[in-house]
Amino acid sequence: MSVDVRIPTILRSYTGGEKSVGASGDTLAELIDDLDARYPGIRGRLVTDEGALHRFVNVYVNDEDVRFLGALEAKVSDGDTVTILPAVAGGAPITR
Amino acid sequence: MRYESLLDACGETPLVGLPRLSPPVAPDAPGVRLWAKLEDRNPTGSVKDRAALWMVRTAEEAGTLRPGDTILEPTSGNTGIALAMVAKLRGYRLVCVMPENVSAERTTLLRMYGAEIIFSPAAGGSNQAVATARQLAVEHPDWVMLFQYGNEANARAHYETTGPELLRDLPTITHFVAGLGTTGTLMGVGRYLRDKVDDIEIVAAEPRYGELVYGLRNIDEGYVPELYDPDVLTRRFSVGTRDAMLRTRQLLEVEGLFAGFSSGAALHAALAVAHEAVRAGRQADVAFLVADGGWKYLSTGAYAGTLAEAEEALEGQLWA
Repeated sequence: MSVDVRIPTILRSYTGGEKSVGASGDTLAELIDDLDARYPGIRGRLVTDEGALHRFVNVYVNDEDVRFLGALEAKVSDGDTVTILPAVAGGAPITR
Repeated sequence: MRYESLLDACGETPLVGLPRLSPPVAPDAPGVRLWAKLEDRNPTGSVKDRAALWMVRTAEEAGTLRPGDTILEPTSGNTGIALAMVAKLRGYRLVCVMPENVSAERTTLLRMYGAEIIFSPAAGGSNQAVATARQLAVEHPDWVMLFQYGNEANARAHYETTGPELLRDLPTITHFVAGLGTTGTLMGVGRYLRDKVDDIEIVAAEPRYGELVYGLRNIDEGYVPELYDPDVLTRRFSVGTRDAMLRTRQLLEVEGLFAGFSSGAALHAALAVAHEAVRAGRQADVAFLVADGGWKYLSTGAYAGTLAEAEEALEGQLWA
């Protein structure tokens, strides 16, 4: 339970409403497997049947996009923070 | 400098050193310097003037945009304002699609330029504005949607202008950092610098908004701009609201530069790579893009009070 995983609102139905959960693993893939063991179904929302990260899911290890760190093979270690977010379009407005 | 018209005054923006924000290095160590590309010095005050002008010119040359035509674009921000100026000067009608909760400064300015506004539901944010614009394009086949998220002329504006300006002014450039929105700036400058500079690093600073923004998003209905090619980037950082605010304030307090929030996010990522270079004992000239000034964001309240208050003021807002 060494890595802090930040869960987006849309996936908190899997984590019983928890915003952040602990998980373990040496790589992102292992981390997601560990998450799925305790929160069944969450893996399918993050990883495609072909075993790649879902196109519209962004995952960051300590604020850096995992797609530039080896994707699912990105290394994670004790004390890291993993953030999961849906992809949104940028160049967007400031609202009132 | 003298120009024949406002459109001719697009680009050729200053690149200024930030000696006080650049990390200190030992006297015998290689220098690590930060440089800001001031895109707020464009005709309507943002980097988007380049994309707007290139998209319109390209459509004119292709014959898809003719005098008196209507331009349709999903934008409520800088691209809308830039297109409104270009449309006014070149004789087009402009229809902007934007979330209904966009700030009064934006709608007032767009309407002054003569642009028309069609609102999309606030809850869907910019993704919904894109979807609504696509629907309108189907309903009005005679309207011309330039579509900044997928228009190669957006990226090409930066390949042909911003990139060459940067390399001319900073031949020793090692890193280019910019905010990630349509991805046009990073794709265009990134491809140019990769063609010209060995081992250049192209770094994206992606805004990480408050939780409310993502709470509305369904992962299966996300959106990645058609222009985006991850192979152009070296790294991609997610910069939270608080870090972006902190850096935006530091730009003003330390270097006197009054910039918008996306510039703060870019500075945050620029400092990260600059400090890595210091630790590695490597020379680095890190150029980052100031996409706009802070004027349009003053009413958010995020420039005043504590950082916690600023973060609260921006909760639920797409600040870049």
